[in-house]
Amino acid sequence: MVEFSLPANSKVKSGKAHAAPAGASRVKKFKIYRYDPDSGDNPRLDTYDVDLDDCAPMVLDALIKIKNETDSTLTFRRSCREGICGSCAMNIDGTNTLACLKPIDEIKGDAAIYPLPHMPVVKDLVPDLNTPYAQLSSIEPWLKSKSPPAPDVERLQSPEEREKLDGLWECVLCFCCSTSCPSYWWNGERYLGPAVLLQAYRWIADSRDDHTGERLDDLEDPFRLYRCHTIMNCTKTCPKGLNPALAIGEIKKLMVQRI
Amino acid sequence: MSDKTMRTDLGRVRGLGSAKEGVHHWWAQRLTAIALLPLGLWFAFSAPGLIGADHATAVAWLASPFNTIATALFVIAMFHHAQLGLQVVVEDYVHGEAAKLTVLIAVKFAALALGVISLYALLKIAFGG
Repeated sequence: MVEFSLPANSKVKSGKAHAAPAGASRVKKFKIYRYDPDSGDNPRLDTYDVDLDDCAPMVLDALIKIKNETDSTLTFRRSCREGICGSCAMNIDGTNTLACLKPIDEIKGDAAIYPLPHMPVVKDLVPDLNTPYAQLSSIEPWLKSKSPPAPDVERLQSPEEREKLDGLWECVLCFCCSTSCPSYWWNGERYLGPAVLLQAYRWIADSRDDHTGERLDDLEDPFRLYRCHTIMNCTKTCPKGLNPALAIGEIKKLMVQRI
Repeated sequence: MSDKTMRTDLGRVRGLGSAKEGVHHWWAQRLTAIALLPLGLWFAFSAPGLIGADHATAVAWLASPFNTIATALFVIAMFHHAQLGLQVVVEDYVHGEAAKLTVLIAVKFAALALGVISLYALLKIAFGG
């Protein structure tokens, strides 16, 4: 029932070392998780020496430099490079964050880079996020109204009501929080996880949405909601500085109000 | 992850639907925690006063109305809180349905049995059986 060590084919072995070009002035070692499920080989940790004097400041900049100049087989997701798209979420220096928002200077010693924890790995730093994406779909993250206005009329919301969405709408769905949550690691198939619960609360808190009760009905479940044990890793790791644990707490408070 | 089944990810995640329960468990856990704060502190500070006392002194202490009632409340809140908390631990870590059910039944039965045994002993002392 209990496994105390990784399966033999999951053990991470040391991999290739790529030296910095001659004449490099300020070298930083990047130790990067490499895995290709199709090859049948174990995951390995490749080392890339990067000259920081010839590299832009963020971790994503170093990854792009490595891919462009040293090893084109290195695989990772990225798009906007400014913390809006949520693509480059990965575990850097032991913490889930967005590579584009993480300055290399903040990492002491060698920079260890792994994919988001406890997700199946598609390749290298690319995790399989199909389950959290499906969980997001399952909470129906769109405005649902029993009292829609005429098509040519706006849905009004007071400034105070709009304020309740602050700290919620900013989420970019990078899933740094969900994949940092031990409860999500152990029960990710049934626990919705902090990212999806924050999204659920974003619609519960929206004054224009009339389906609050149905939304709470769908969340009230020992696994979907109540696997949250306020561990707070979600809030600690969020690269956007949001507080998913607070949103989950608000959902729990609303549940008690219904008793 | 989806290679074990041909069901869609959304179908798999929606699964058997919401249990539409859990809030009472959560609320009961908080209520018993609040109750245990004074009861637990009282017990932790007063029971050690009996260390080294003889049997008659201990029985006389327990048999006083306040001590009997407070101890009974402590025992009820404590075993209820314990089985609620252990249920969460089991649901977190035991994943096979059969194993989970077996452990949950054992936890619930043990908490109830130990609670009833404690109360029986307490009442027997209180009413001089």
